Amino acid sequence: MTWVLWAAGAIAVLGAIGVVASRTPVYSVLSLVVNFLGLAGLFLSLHAEFLAVVQIIIYAGAILILFLFVIALLTVRKDPMERSEDGLEGQRHLGIAAAVLVGALLVVVVLSGAPAFFAAEVADDFGTAAAFGRELLVTHVFPFELAAFALMAAVIGVVVLVGRKQS
Amino acid sequence: MSGELVQGYLFVSAVIFAVGGAGLLIRRNPLVVLMCIELMWNAANLAFVAFARQWGNLDGHVLAFLVIVVAAAEIAIGLAIIVLLFRKKEAVDVDDLRSLRG
Repeated sequence: MTWVLWAAGAIAVLGAIGVVASRTPVYSVLSLVVNFLGLAGLFLSLHAEFLAVVQIIIYAGAILILFLFVIALLTVRKDPMERSEDGLEGQRHLGIAAAVLVGALLVVVVLSGAPAFFAAEVADDFGTAAAFGRELLVTHVFPFELAAFALMAAVIGVVVLVGRKQS
Repeated sequence: MSGELVQGYLFVSAVIFAVGGAGLLIRRNPLVVLMCIELMWNAANLAFVAFARQWGNLDGHVLAFLVIVVAAAEIAIGLAIIVLLFRKKEAVDVDDLRSLRG
């Protein structure tokens, strides 16, 4: 089953690169969809079926639609979204160098510290909606409530920020 | 199949994190910057799920789920702020937003 890892991983990484490399934000969003689909495939191969479905519905469905709406509303008038190169000097090279450094560091840590192979076979219901729900609503119910509170605060914040009438 | 690589998943996660970080540093469109933050959160999620599979318990899944919830909240607020920025300053580039500069 290793081919699932490399195929879905390649899709996810290519999507991520597409997000960063696209000139127009719409293409970035579409690449982000590709990245999320690859990640959902990886989740599936890790027996995280519920999370894979959540990934598709919440991320690829809800959040990216939000992005597309904002892009469609805000950027109809101007197409070159970003000025080319008159900001910080050497920003691109320094940024890429810093990111490569961080990535190399993470990879080294992963390759030296983490176990190479998965240890045990997991239980049959590992990652199903039932097992996940039991874990979330019985064992971890307080973080669940906190998350609900955070969502409510976010909704109220959004309404306060942009819902007011322009005077 | 017991020969599945946990390191492979963590490697993919690290690469996605680094790509997101690069985008965060070199892109200046606020929308794309938000998307790059999403990439980094998702990389962390992948690591959570991989470790949950490694140790055979579901805590990592719960954590990844909470990350998704918080990301949704963060995106809602972030997009609202971006809408306000566009309304106020027509800013399409984070370099335009320097009114707090001393």
